Amino acid sequence: MYRSAVYDEPLLNEIESYKKVYEVRQKNTLPNSIQRKEKICISDLDETQIVRHFLHLSQMNYGIDSGIYPLGSCTMKYNPKICEEITRWDNFANTHPYQDPSTIQGNLQIMYELERMLCEISGMDYFTLQPAAGAHGEFLGMLLTHAYHEFNKDNQRDEVILPDTSHGTNPASATMAGYKLTEIPSTQDGTVDLNILEKTLSEKTACFMLTNPNTLGIFESDILEISKLVHKAGALLYYDGANMNAIMGKARPGDMGFDIVHLNLHKTFATPHGGGGPGGGPVGVKEKLEKFLPTPRIIKDKKGNYDFDYNCPYSIGKVKEFYGNFSVLLKAYVYITMMGGDGLKEASEIAVLNSNYMKKKLVESKKYEMPYKQLRKHEFVLSCDKLKQEKNIRALDVAKRLLDYGLHPPTIYFPLIVKEALMIEPTESEPKNELDKYVDALIKIADENPEVVKNAPNNTPVKRIDDVGATKTPVLTWKMK
Amino acid sequence: MLPSWGILMNFIPNSTIKSNMLKETGLKDIDELFSDIPKQIQINNLNLSKGLSQQETEQKLKEIANKNNSMPSFLGGGIKPHYISPAVKSIISRSEFYTAYTPYQPEASQGFLQAMFEYQSMISEITGMDISNASLYDGATALGEVALMCSRINQKKTFVIPQNISWEKKSVLKNYAKGPEIKIREISYNTKTGKIDLDKLKKNIDNDITGVYIENPNFFGVFEDDVEKICKIVKDNNSVFVVGVDPVSLGIAKSPGAYGADIVIGEGRAFGNPMDFGGSSLGIFACKNEFLRQMPGRIIGMTKDFDGRRAFCMTIQTREQHIRRGKATSNICTNEGLCALTAVTYLAWLGGDGLEELSKINFEKGQKLAKMIGSINGFEKRFTGTHFNEFVIKSKINPNKINKDLLKKGVQGGLILDKCYPELKDCMLFGVSEMHTDKDMEKLVSTLKEVSHV
Repeated sequence: MYRSAVYDEPLLNEIESYKKVYEVRQKNTLPNSIQRKEKICISDLDETQIVRHFLHLSQMNYGIDSGIYPLGSCTMKYNPKICEEITRWDNFANTHPYQDPSTIQGNLQIMYELERMLCEISGMDYFTLQPAAGAHGEFLGMLLTHAYHEFNKDNQRDEVILPDTSHGTNPASATMAGYKLTEIPSTQDGTVDLNILEKTLSEKTACFMLTNPNTLGIFESDILEISKLVHKAGALLYYDGANMNAIMGKARPGDMGFDIVHLNLHKTFATPHGGGGPGGGPVGVKEKLEKFLPTPRIIKDKKGNYDFDYNCPYSIGKVKEFYGNFSVLLKAYVYITMMGGDGLKEASEIAVLNSNYMKKKLVESKKYEMPYKQLRKHEFVLSCDKLKQEKNIRALDVAKRLLDYGLHPPTIYFPLIVKEALMIEPTESEPKNELDKYVDALIKIADENPEVVKNAPNNTPVKRIDDVGATKTPVLTWKMK
Repeated sequence: MLPSWGILMNFIPNSTIKSNMLKETGLKDIDELFSDIPKQIQINNLNLSKGLSQQETEQKLKEIANKNNSMPSFLGGGIKPHYISPAVKSIISRSEFYTAYTPYQPEASQGFLQAMFEYQSMISEITGMDISNASLYDGATALGEVALMCSRINQKKTFVIPQNISWEKKSVLKNYAKGPEIKIREISYNTKTGKIDLDKLKKNIDNDITGVYIENPNFFGVFEDDVEKICKIVKDNNSVFVVGVDPVSLGIAKSPGAYGADIVIGEGRAFGNPMDFGGSSLGIFACKNEFLRQMPGRIIGMTKDFDGRRAFCMTIQTREQHIRRGKATSNICTNEGLCALTAVTYLAWLGGDGLEELSKINFEKGQKLAKMIGSINGFEKRFTGTHFNEFVIKSKINPNKINKDLLKKGVQGGLILDKCYPELKDCMLFGVSEMHTDKDMEKLVSTLKEVSHV
């Protein structure tokens, strides 16, 4: 039976301090108007106390190293330890971004080669590594879209079209870049409706944003027609790479007709998610968009020396200081180097096999329903609607009950077009027995006493949390307590 | 040559049993799983090198790492080496932390959530703000987000910045401001003191100003000490007062909250994160409570579980993209969680007194090195304003030549400014921290003397 460690861990400021504290503030020669007068209220603790505090906190946290973590659209795969180790090497970690290029040839080589690896994997012509996350890449993609149409004096294009299955970041990124949104409904198959798309496209359309396979895990088989329609209308086609783990070595967004692509290094390329970041969201483009990419570009001369190129008159400039999250780039480089082309293809094949294996078992169980088409890629979406009708068990309840089994729940209530959605993405990292365990747990939960399920979780450090109360009376710092 | 031995590990446990699994799934072969991809775009291999064993990979990466040279560096520009205790490194290496996703399931993420609550508390404490979010990408994107937030607060459309912020930040800000059509107005600096020109600021304030941003210390390392006057100018105009900080300075410098700031942003990398060639990074974002619902990014709140036990969760999520989609306050999803965890661990390790001491040492090293370099014939401190741990030096000799000569002696000199500030010809921005020993500084000075006398 699964049990999480439970501590009544005090807040840092509640831990008793035994250190000698300065009574008078130290003297300095700062101008009086900006000298700090008040003491900083951060406890002065001994290292023993600090290490124990954070160790206890870590034991009340679930990571991919703890067990299966099949959050749909999040690609929680194993993060190889070797990537962590190499990133900590002094010759990488202690480099300053403004060092003379002759002293950072290694870093520049990593970035130059990683750009080309990502080009090969995605079928794009050029890459920038600057964005810090997927949504950041989308935002850059929208800036590039804007620059492209502006360059072509096509300034009236102020709309972005998205399917109703899109990730929340897609509309948010497009709005941030100043675009109006048009959301189009999916077909009964859960895919893009070509007729509606064609009718929606116009001389006002700047871009159509799509992820393929889409968030239902379904491959958009009409992608070539979609691409034709979008380009005929003079718009660009954007690829949200959150679901790239489904198709490495099997198909490439570039070949499908996408003009701009972002990839999530912290998903497909095995860099850890860090409890929320840092991530990496490199953006690839077709040749016609190259001149708008952020500065600096990384170049290599005939002698094999690398350098920065700031001479990019059409560039949109920058979206992040320096060159992106280099430590994340380095981990992705190490991962791709280790896997090789065949390894990456195998990763996608098994990720898709694992997903379809689980899907089949769960559909056969008849405890959950699966709307839309059957063949799925790396993820699939089930509905708990029947459970809700019959036993008043909601997707949220199933998720919380899974925690009692020591299993991390799937993504829930997304995509929005599926009622009581459970979105499951096992990835290639899980051995078969873990997949079986997960399937068994889901089947068992459906048959459990609804009271037990609705009162879950019980084996976690805390029980179900009052998030409504958290919003009503926000307590956001220890001073507000 | 690479060794040819090594255990191949591809992190795909089911590779060896795929035929069984295919059978159980009712499939002939793997290709059937991809049969919905149009034939003309199906591929069957990637043109990448063959995979390597871990031993081979390490060997290969060692060769690449050896092409880097992390020599003693006195580069300024807002990023410098700082000491990181192994205690910090050990804590953030706990893989329950670093292999977790964004804490969507709070019951299984209490550890990370509590640490982020503590991070928010500490950032609020040192900046003098009421609240903080759980991080943005970096200091530059925090500036972009702050301009958008100011405009959401008062619906005005011009954002004021000092002319002397880093060109990288300026470029990022311009891109964030493009969508909502926020105009950026630059205020020049006083060429003698290096501080913002107060008269110009006064003259450039009008009804359309949504917010005014200053940096303390500014990009030239100089403290803006007329903060009360600046605050009055901004507040009299009903604009939002935004201050960008180097958080290391806040051990001895007044918190912006204490001189009237509404929002405080900054680059927090220095709190325990290595330079990493400029990334990882940590965008600090703190503000007054009244602006809570306009804030970008994740926010962690304290609440109770159904048994009444203290618990933590992400809160005020109706601002965010996964709920509000196109109407969210920002598109940010993945942030810099682990860097924020590093920062809270580092601050805990320092303690309040430790932060004060660190701050003081950085300030003193900055004063000392500026004096040492300023006493060399042909070098002088460019601005009269009090500086922190970075400062601008003007030299009689071309800085490009100086840096080239320094490099030959194994030292990385200051950041040359004239590419971005043409008016600062022959000027270099030096940076120093607690990592630079007296010996390092003496070496720089003696080498500077040497190369400038040839």
